[in-house]
Amino acid sequence: MTTSAVWIQVDPEHVVHALQEAVEKMNHGEAEVVLDFSSVPRIDPGAVAAMEELAGLAAGRSVQVVLRGVNADIYRVLKLVKLAQKFSFPA
Amino acid sequence: MKEQAASLSDERIAYLEGLVRQGRTAAAVFTQCTQQDVDRIVKAIVLAGLEQAQYLARLAIEETRLGVLEDKAIKNMVATEFVYDYVRDKRTVGVIREFPERGLVEVAEPIGLIFSITPITNPTATVLFKCIMAIKTRNAVIFGPHPKAWRCCQEAIRIMYEAAVKHGAPEGVFTCLDSPTIDDNVYLMHHKDIRLIDATGGPGAVKAAYSSGKPALGVGPGNTPVYLDKTADLDMAVVDIITSKTFDNGTICASEQTVVIDDEVYDAVLKKFAELGAHICNEKETALLGRTVINPETGFMQPMAIGQKATDIARFIGLSVKPHTKLLIAPIQGVGPEHPLSVEKLFPVLSVYRARSVDEALRVCMDLNHLGGLGHTAVIFSRNDETIRQFSEVIDAGRIIVNSPGSIGALGGVYNDMVPTFSFGCGTGGGNSTTDNVNVYHYLNIKRVARRTQAHMWFRVPNQIYFNMNAVENLRQFPSRATMLVTNPALERLGLVDVVRRSLPPQTLVRVLAIPDAEPEVKVVLEGVEALNLHRADQIVALGGGSVIDAAKIMKLMYESPEADLEELAAPFLDIRKRVVQYPTGRTNQVRLIAVSTTSGTGSEVTPFAVLIDKQRGRKVTLADYSLSPDVAIVDPQFVMSMPKGLTADTGIDCLTHALEAGVSIHSSPYTDSNAMQAIRMAFKYLPIAYENPRNVEARSMMHNAACIAALAFSNASVGVNHALAHAFGARFGVAHGRANALMLPHVIAFNASVPTKFMPSPNQRAYVAHKKYAMVADLLGLGGDSVAAKVQNLIAATEQLLDRLEVPRSIADLGISKEEFERAMPDLAKIAFDDPSWRSNPRMPLVSELVELFWSAYRGRGPGKGVSVSEQFTAMEWSCV
Repeated sequence: MTTSAVWIQVDPEHVVHALQEAVEKMNHGEAEVVLDFSSVPRIDPGAVAAMEELAGLAAGRSVQVVLRGVNADIYRVLKLVKLAQKFSFPA
Repeated sequence: MKEQAASLSDERIAYLEGLVRQGRTAAAVFTQCTQQDVDRIVKAIVLAGLEQAQYLARLAIEETRLGVLEDKAIKNMVATEFVYDYVRDKRTVGVIREFPERGLVEVAEPIGLIFSITPITNPTATVLFKCIMAIKTRNAVIFGPHPKAWRCCQEAIRIMYEAAVKHGAPEGVFTCLDSPTIDDNVYLMHHKDIRLIDATGGPGAVKAAYSSGKPALGVGPGNTPVYLDKTADLDMAVVDIITSKTFDNGTICASEQTVVIDDEVYDAVLKKFAELGAHICNEKETALLGRTVINPETGFMQPMAIGQKATDIARFIGLSVKPHTKLLIAPIQGVGPEHPLSVEKLFPVLSVYRARSVDEALRVCMDLNHLGGLGHTAVIFSRNDETIRQFSEVIDAGRIIVNSPGSIGALGGVYNDMVPTFSFGCGTGGGNSTTDNVNVYHYLNIKRVARRTQAHMWFRVPNQIYFNMNAVENLRQFPSRATMLVTNPALERLGLVDVVRRSLPPQTLVRVLAIPDAEPEVKVVLEGVEALNLHRADQIVALGGGSVIDAAKIMKLMYESPEADLEELAAPFLDIRKRVVQYPTGRTNQVRLIAVSTTSGTGSEVTPFAVLIDKQRGRKVTLADYSLSPDVAIVDPQFVMSMPKGLTADTGIDCLTHALEAGVSIHSSPYTDSNAMQAIRMAFKYLPIAYENPRNVEARSMMHNAACIAALAFSNASVGVNHALAHAFGARFGVAHGRANALMLPHVIAFNASVPTKFMPSPNQRAYVAHKKYAMVADLLGLGGDSVAAKVQNLIAATEQLLDRLEVPRSIADLGISKEEFERAMPDLAKIAFDDPSWRSNPRMPLVSELVELFWSAYRGRGPGKGVSVSEQFTAMEWSCV
């Protein structure tokens, strides 16, 4: 099985959609998914639920999910719902 | 958690976990909202609640069968409109308060997910209130309503939730337990993701909340005592009490329970109650009420009576009253189980008690207060401020309502300026953590961002300093009726007293007090004060060295403030501005102190310090306060021309030590540095000359000035560890202060220039600079050196050379003190040195073991082969820049 990485730019208006796309890519065998949140100012409960699903799936398949450009507010949300440790955040 | 879940089905647990997950996510997402977002949502939910106030009141009445529709509608309006009026301008997001002058900023942090229990008595109003609190503070809430008020609460929550989400609140911000049970409550109270429990309900729910180990807000039961004293506006009082006690049929726990009425107005008050629709029960009726509305077994009110109309209660128990009776009034003779109606009654039954005196009234109110109502609410009607004050002091209640209705008054914002609430904190008396009216600030974690402050500094010196040859002639400008000239016998013999006497204005009545030429003892000071009183002195001229001037300072203190307690004033302190013991400010007498110094070392003529000998404890006691500073200092070298060589050396080294210690002190400032550096330069240059050529006027004059200038520095920057060591050592072995300082000095320079084991905490120190300051001194003295390390070493060497030139013994051993004797003394020396306040301003905090090592270094001494040097040096980079 080949390993590869996929990059998804997250549209602030369609965060859940981007996360679903990430799930699909994972289902197609991507070994690493990079989600670029740099243009996302905040997330809603729907996005949190989608991220919980994504994290669960990634853990089951040993896929690394990298969140790029996550601002401090969103990172705080992920910490509070205990999701932060399930993703990678590049320096 | 498993224990709590034992009685719950898996489905129920999954349901509860779902609520928690939803709430936790909502709370997390909510943290992203701004103040503007929050304020927009709050306004929307307030309007939604306000619009449905009557509808929700009707639902509450239909479901609970408690209270009055109109009153419940008003409660709902208070819970929305009045609460909004309080919170609308409050900052609850991000920075909420700033104190720029104190460098403090308060930042709001939401709590997260709150589990909130709401009561049957005020169901919808409490929900509306808590929803507003939660949104304003960006928290999510799971509501656990009273099972018998669940439907109306659920509807209130739905109304608030829909308005909130529509205006930007996260989904799941409010949820409500479906068919709530006690097991649900217990499970949630122990859930790790519930951050706070806000329990407004019965004692059981509140106790469970506090027992959960979680942070909790809980109210306590009330038993509001009312004191109606004879000075009260009786008409107003009666109307207010009826208004309050009948409001929502008495369901507000802050409502009046027993009115204690002064005998003089008792009958009149009852008459007014009757006129306004109250039924005054006779003895039999009171007994009947007591048997029926209070459970004789538990001593608590019967649930069936709660929130019912007076006429319904009367009908139910078979009491005949007029059709429009508002209130049943039951006279009682005491408080306690044998007087069942003295407990809380959340229905329109009010007890009254006739009090024969203010003391009796207060006693009965306290009894009521302690009978189940601690910390809650109390009411007083009085025009007598003293009675109101007394009542406020003896009654334990979070809310003491004056001349207004208890229930509506306690809610806040209507009859007074208290914070509007539907949750009354009852303090520790009620088993609560707060006595506040619970409000938005209880729904926040408030973070304090504390910036480093710059400590206030000062440079305080006597008003007038006269210096150079014949400066003493300036005494002429100080008129005095009676002057006490404090001096010592030696100076008298030398004729110096006559010099001073001649310089005083001719009409001055002068009395000379010659005290022993030694550091003053308490006895000497007290004798001096007695002499001052006999002479009725208005001026003290202290002619002498440090001992005489210090004695005069303390005499002045005791003469002006005879109540001063020297033992207490000598209490230790860390920061002179925060000291526990304050020096007296009121003065019985007022006296001018002029200090004429006859040695060039202590600088006592300008310092705020005085040293006393405590013979019993074998130590020196240092008094320190700017009120001790002389008013005038005279620094006239003619008084030091005949100083013996040894004294010249010892006092001169004392001066140098003052300047060096002030220079590296954590309290040093540009003001003190300039004085310290100048004094060091003068001492290094002129001290050996004055020592070797005692008649050299220039050298004497310069050293005399140097001592004063060094004292100006250390009066404001203080001294350091050198003095702590010298005080302990000097007192123990009877060694002159200056000489004791000299024995320690090179070792202390090396100690302070080394990397500290412990730094001294001080906002004034932005970096450790003692070594660099010593290097600056070396530069000032032209000692050379191409690095800070070399410069410090050169300073130590120059100091050692100076001490040799002054023929100061090189070691403690050279004084003839045996090693064994010194070893025996060491525990005491170390303890006394550590207790000495002098080192509190040293740049390096000395450990006791380091004090011991310094003593031993001084014992071994300085000089060739002894190698006094910096032990642990700073890195090359640290050393490179000055």
